[in-house]
This record gives sequence, structure tokens and C-alpha cells, in this order.
Amino acid sequence: MKLGSIVRTGLVAAGLLASAATGAFAQDKEPIKVGILHSLSGTMAISETTLKDVMLMLIDEQNKKGGLLGRKLEAVVVDPASNWPLFAEKARELLQKDKVAAVFGCWTSVSRKSVLPVFEELNGILFYPVQYEGEESSRNVFYTGAAPNQQAIPAVDYLMNNEKVQRWVLAGTDYVYPRTTNKILEAYLKSKGVKQEDIMINYTPFGHSDWQSIVADIKKFGSAGKKTAVVSTINGDANVPFYKELGNQGIKAKDIPVVAFSVGEEELAGVDTKPLVGHLAAWNYFESVKNPANEKFIKDWQTFTKNPKRVTNDPMEAHYIGFNMWVEAVKKAGTTDPDKVIDAMIGISVPNLTGGYAAMMPNHHITKPVLIGEIQGNGQFDVVWQTSGLVVGDEWSDYLPDSKDLISDWRQPMNCGNFNVATGKCGGKGK
Amino acid sequence: MLNPRPLAALVSVLVSLVLGTAAIAADLGSLVANLTTGGFGDRETAITALAASGEARAAPILEALSAGRLYVRSADKLVVIGKTAGNQLALTDAITGQPAGTAAEDALERVRVNNRLRGLIDDAVGSLTLMSPDPKVRRSAGDSLFKQRNPAALAAVEHALAAEKDAGIKRVFAEARASMMLASDEAPKAQKLEAIQVVRDRGDRDSLGILETVASASQDADIKAAATTAAASLRQTLSVWEAAQNVWYGISLGSVLLLAAIGLAITFGTMGVINMAHGEMVMLGAYTTFVVQQTIRAYAPDLFEVSIVIALPLAFLVSGAIGVLIERTVIRFLYGRPLDTLLATWGLSLGLQQAVRTIFGPTNREVAAPSWMSGSFLVGQIDVTYGRLWIVVFALLVFATLILLLRKTPLGLYMRAVTQNRPMASAMGIRTPRVDALTFGLGSGIAGLAGVALSQIDNVSPNLGQGYIIDSFMVVVFGGVGNLFGTLVGATTLGIVNKFLEPYAGAVLGKILVLVFIILFIQRRPRGLFALKGRSVE
Repeated sequence: MKLGSIVRTGLVAAGLLASAATGAFAQDKEPIKVGILHSLSGTMAISETTLKDVMLMLIDEQNKKGGLLGRKLEAVVVDPASNWPLFAEKARELLQKDKVAAVFGCWTSVSRKSVLPVFEELNGILFYPVQYEGEESSRNVFYTGAAPNQQAIPAVDYLMNNEKVQRWVLAGTDYVYPRTTNKILEAYLKSKGVKQEDIMINYTPFGHSDWQSIVADIKKFGSAGKKTAVVSTINGDANVPFYKELGNQGIKAKDIPVVAFSVGEEELAGVDTKPLVGHLAAWNYFESVKNPANEKFIKDWQTFTKNPKRVTNDPMEAHYIGFNMWVEAVKKAGTTDPDKVIDAMIGISVPNLTGGYAAMMPNHHITKPVLIGEIQGNGQFDVVWQTSGLVVGDEWSDYLPDSKDLISDWRQPMNCGNFNVATGKCGGKGK
Repeated sequence: MLNPRPLAALVSVLVSLVLGTAAIAADLGSLVANLTTGGFGDRETAITALAASGEARAAPILEALSAGRLYVRSADKLVVIGKTAGNQLALTDAITGQPAGTAAEDALERVRVNNRLRGLIDDAVGSLTLMSPDPKVRRSAGDSLFKQRNPAALAAVEHALAAEKDAGIKRVFAEARASMMLASDEAPKAQKLEAIQVVRDRGDRDSLGILETVASASQDADIKAAATTAAASLRQTLSVWEAAQNVWYGISLGSVLLLAAIGLAITFGTMGVINMAHGEMVMLGAYTTFVVQQTIRAYAPDLFEVSIVIALPLAFLVSGAIGVLIERTVIRFLYGRPLDTLLATWGLSLGLQQAVRTIFGPTNREVAAPSWMSGSFLVGQIDVTYGRLWIVVFALLVFATLILLLRKTPLGLYMRAVTQNRPMASAMGIRTPRVDALTFGLGSGIAGLAGVALSQIDNVSPNLGQGYIIDSFMVVVFGGVGNLFGTLVGATTLGIVNKFLEPYAGAVLGKILVLVFIILFIQRRPRGLFALKGRSVE
């Protein structure tokens, strides 16, 4: 908390200096405040600090372009310290005390669930940049990360069609995202004719570090003569020891490939990837994608962080898209009033970093390409497959009995996050 | 590493005599050019064509492709094989095998492969390498053919089997032949029955997989019966091995717990200080290893293999010194006030974490494993990884050294004297504050050593220590506070119990069950496994 306020004071001071230096902004207009709600300490700091930095960079660049509506943007950084209830408190502080126009933040689903009531009560706007399990659509949240149909399902399809996988290990960390994703995947695999005995599901606690028996189990499961793959929703710190153990026990990608949904360039920074060449990850962006917009983004990022080796990753691209969308929506609405911006958001389309466009759909999810990458010896991913077009995020999975009849559409007249097409009423199961 | 098929070499020599080298190069050129164009589907055809061409250069080109070392030079579209040489890549012309200068990675376009193609190349190269002069290569070629169960390579294996001199490799080839026969439709029944026996004798998981497939898929009643019996007996043997494997995993987990807990056994066990910052001492040890490795990489790359060994004393000193500092500045004012110590050290732990996060950044740091700590070997059917084995050895060494230090040195004597009876020790002229500081420093230094070992298996991140603090306290309390042997037995027991529970209960429930077990145990024996007896307890 203390650090947060120090950072904040520092930023305000830096902002003042910057504005004094450029003098480009009218003195009588107050800056537009943008909240950044990412953990800077605790377990999630490893992933979220990067997102805070990328937001500061984007805001800085926007200010250099002359700000927004003739006003300067000002970042308000708070540190919820990987503490889920604290996320809600900090969100309230941002909306009530700082009166920010929009908030960019959260990583874990549990933190998003924690702030959701606050954003709905105070009518704020949250941009959520991480791939997640779906089964949610709020009027106040814009989901710029992937829904399961934009990551998990195409990855399984790839393995099934290209690597002819017949046996599946669904391994995950024990919390809401892996459990929901695996429920969807299990239903999906069964709908494709995979038998129960060919699916092994395994959960481990957060930060699990002794993977010996689980990796041995996977090896055992994979020796039945059918091509086996691991679909990993293992999150955070547990990945490094997991991959180290895979490498040590000699599980090669060509025997048992592992496709991960939470492992990106940033996570691989702590691993020697040479024994892991060929293991896969499914994302909507890879740093290795060759494209002028991406090259500029990487260069800007490395200059901004003063580290020529700093990598970029998928949630960073999501913030890039989300921020640009918000800027466009504010321009279109001519105001930062939340109701007007929320209405203006739908239909906004901005370039993404992989050479296409991302459009905000009426369900507050965006269109994305799905890329499958193989890990290379240098810690980067090579794209080996990608969807031919863009995929629209599907918030309510079609493979779960509870949600298959639900749709979300925040345009008038429906204006509903969980419209049940079977009963024709707004308010099925869930929010 | 590769020996092209002699026959192919001979053919290519003959052909080159007839046609002249230019023609050959052109032909190979077009085959290689096909490799670099089109999508993965086209590349698949090109690989098969190249492998079937019998060209002498086919094997090295395919190997390079599989390893991601085949490039197209952007300037002149020459297909080259790159090898890292400093910041640049040393290039070899793929077709002629002649050196082609050096280039930066940016000036080259890598020819991409995916898992499917790598598998395809392995199949193709696998039968090419059966005759390699290197026994290791031959063995791994045999192993991979065994797993592939592809009857198409039967002729190649039989040819290799006839030529093989080494008995061990001969057996691997025979096993490969057996697995192919069982997969083939044409092999006669008698040979198949024989093959079942060969596969059964190999006795690993893959053999069981093969036997199970035969048992369920075979049309012939005799073969089915033989395979079923063989599978059943193999399953039994393997379940024994599995139990042994769990014991090994338990010992290995126990050694990690021991390393993490042994420092705490001194600070908490003998001094009675509840040190919540113990995990951070471990973390500091791991970061010291990282710094040492970075320095060695930059200034003395030749020493890289022993960087871990160099890091050991440094990690001990860094963590030990910080331990002494903490003791002198904070803890000594709080002796006898456990709750205050707990809160103060908890605060310290958060402070240290944030300090490391500020200095090194929140992301994981890479500590590479030296080659003698990578990979694994088989003991029967147990996969023993070198890294884990060294950690077990290291944990025992640290333990033995510590015992010797406490029993045989003056410092050890003072430590025992001070913890047993402080006023008396003081009256005898021992400077108790100095001994306190040294004891705490020793405990922290050992935590630093643990950090060096843990950097090999866990994340080097600011949160490293947090994951171990609860487990460490558990081990010390379970083993009996104040007793180092208790810590040893406690760590091993908890490790093994955990590993036996994990397969049945899952990792999450396993952990919970262990915790419940300890709570119940502490209810029965509040002083842990090995309670200190006598006056010193009070």
C-alpha cells in the first residue's frame, strides 16, 4: 500500500514535470485519470508488474500525441498486492476518490470476480486483459483477453488434427480458471468421441514445486500406445519446476507434447528452453510475429523499460488493444462519461499487433486470431498454425449444459449479459 | 554424429563419377530447395523425398532441419546450416558441406519445423543412424524404433542386428525388431510369440503398452493369450517398481524439505526464534547463485560447469551475513517475546521480498543447470534425474557437516551450552550475544545453501521462500524441536508419505492429508518424533 502511494506520488510528480516541460496542455483543463489496478507485490507481481509498465508506456505515448480530447492523460497506479479483497478496496478508491475515467487491471479470475460488484455499483469501466474461463459478461467490463473458444478449443483441435492426439491429460492449478476450462474441454473432447479412460485430469496447488510423481504419471499415461498430449492450465510460478521436470525426465515434445494456455514469453524467461523445444502454447499474440506494428511495439517497449532483452506477451497486446479502443471510444463519444463510453465501445475496431483488426463485439469480448506456437531454444515461440480468420469471443460456452442457451448483447434493446434464448428472458444462470 | 548409410555413400560416389559433381549438386539442390518453400504439408513431402534420395548429405541436412539450424540466407537465398559462434552464426553450405562464412541471425531466415516434421525426420534419420559408429546413437536409434512400432523399418533393423557387435545394443535392436513384428500383419505366429517374450523381458512401460495393444487387438487366440499373460506378469513387476519409485521420489522431496528446514532447526529448534524470514534467506541464496552465474557467464565462461559449486560458499556468506545483521538489529531485542519476533520477522520477510523485487525485477531469473546436473538415468524401471540425486547427496552432506560442527568444534560446544543453559554458559565466560549472532548466522547461511540447491528445481523469484516456510516449520515441529536427527527423519517421512498419498489422493488433497496427519500426531506427541529429554527442555 505504502509502495503504491509512493509510486503514485512519484508519477504525479513526473507528470507535472512532463507537463511543465512540454507546456502543450491547456492549464485550465484537468487531466483525464486512468486507473491501473495491477499487483506490484505478492505472488502475482511476477506477471502484473509488466502490465502496469505497459500501461504507463501507452499513456505516455498518448500524451506525446497530444492527449485525449485536448486533455492530458494521467495514470493512477495502485497496488492491490495480490490480495483479492484488497482489489475491491483499491477499485473503490480509484472510482470514488480518484474518479478515474477507466481502469485497466486484474489478472486472476478471482481478482476480477472480487472487483466486479464494485464496478457495477459505481458504474466504472474495467478493461480485463487476460485469457479467462468465460461464463461471465458484465456491462462494466470489457474482456480483451481470450475466451475459451479463442484459445483452448482451437488448441485442442490443432493437436487432434495435426498431431493426431488420442489421449489427453488435462493438468491445471486448482482454481476457477483451470477447473472451468477443463470442464469445457472435457465436454468438448467427449463430443468428439474421446472416451473417459483416455482423459486424465490432474490438479495441483498454486506454486506446486515437486512435479516428480505427476510427470511420472503423465509418462505412464502416455505409454499406452496412443498418441498423448498434455493440455496445461498450470498457472504462474508452478510452470518453471514443471517444465524443468519434463526436461529432466526426458519427455520430448514429439512424444508427449504439452500445450499451455498460461505460459508466454515472460514465463519462459526463467527457464532454459533447449530441452523444451516443440512444446506448444496457444495465444492470440506472440512476440515473434513479424509485422511492422509489432516491431514498433517491441522497440518502444524495450526503449521504455531501458532493457533490450525485455520480452512482450499476449496480455500486453490485450492492453494495447483495450487502451486504443478506449481512446477511440472516448473520441467518438466526445466525453469520458462511463455510460456514453460504454455505448460507444461496441463496434470500435483498432489494429492489433499481429497484422489484423480487433473489433469490440456486443458481448464486450473482442475478435482475435488464434495462434499456436512452438517453444524455441531462444525462449521465443514459432507460430506453427493459425486460424484463417478472426474468432469472436464466446462468453457463454456452448459445451456446458448450464450456459449453452445463454447469450450476451449489451446493445439496446436487449442490453443483457445473460439472455436465455430458450426461455426468451434476460437472467439465466450466472450474472 | 551422423554416419550416412555406407551404401548410399557408395551409390552417390558412383553416380558422381558418372555424372560429375555439378549434376548431383543440382539435383540435391532442388530437393533441398523444396524443403524451404511452401507450408508444412509441402515440407513433409520434401523431407520424405530427400530421405529417400539416398544422398550422403541428406542425413546432416535433415538433422539440422530438425534442430532448427537450417537457414536460408536472405541475401542470396543460399540454404545453409548455422552453428552458434559467439554472437554470430558460422555457416556451412547445406548442399556442398563447405564453410560459407558467418552471419548474424537477422540476415537469415530459419526454415521452420513443427513436432510432426521433427517426428518424421526422426523416423527417417532413425533408420539411417542404426549403423552409426557411436554406440549411444545406435542405442537411441534402436530405442526410438522400438517405440515407433513401425514394421516398415524391419529390414533395416535386421540388417543392423546382424552387423552389431555390442551385446547390449544387440538386445535393444532385437527388442525393436520384436515390437515391429508384433505390429506387423505378415509376421508368422511363432515369431510373434517369441517377440512377446522379448518385449516382456524388456519390462518397461512401453513394453506393457505394446503387450496391452496386442492383447486387445490380436485376432489369434494363442497370441492373445500369451500377450495377456505376459502383460499381467509385467504389470505386477511394474507395480513393485512403482512403489520403489515412490520411495525414491519421497526421499528426494524429503531432501528438499530437509535442506529448507535444517537452518530453521537451528534458529527455531535450538534458539527458539520463530523466524518467518527464513524462506527469504533461502531466496537470497538462490539469487546469489543467479548473480554468480551471470558474472561467470560474462567474465569466465569456462567455469560455468562449476558455477553452482562456486555459488555455495558465497550464498552461505550472503545469507549468513544478513542473518547476523537481522539478529543484531532486530531479533536480539525480542528474545523471549515470540509473538513480537514472529511479527517483526514477518515484516522483514516482506521487506526482503520487495527489496529483491525492486533490484532484480519481479520476473523469474534463469539459473541454468550444469550438464552434470541435467538428464536422468534408469535404475531398473526408476527414472533417477541427476539434479535430484545431487540434491539428496548435498542435503546429506550439509546435514553431516552440521552435526560435526555442533559436536566437534568449540563453536558447536558454545552453541549447545548457550541453548541449554544461558546464565550458566554466561557465567563460564562465554560471550552469549556473540554466540547468538553466530548461531543465527549459521542457520541463515544454511538456508542460503538450500537456496543454491533449490535454484535448480524451482523458480528463482522473490516468492521462492514463501513456498517453503510452512513446510519447514512443519518438518521441524514434526521431527521434534531442538533435535537435528528429528528434522532428518521428519523430512524424509513427510516426503515419502506425501509421495505415496499423491497418486491416490491428488496433490491438493495429499497436502491436506499430510497436514491433518501432523496435527493429529502433534496432539498425541506434542514434542514431535524425537523429544528432547531432561532439564534442557525447560
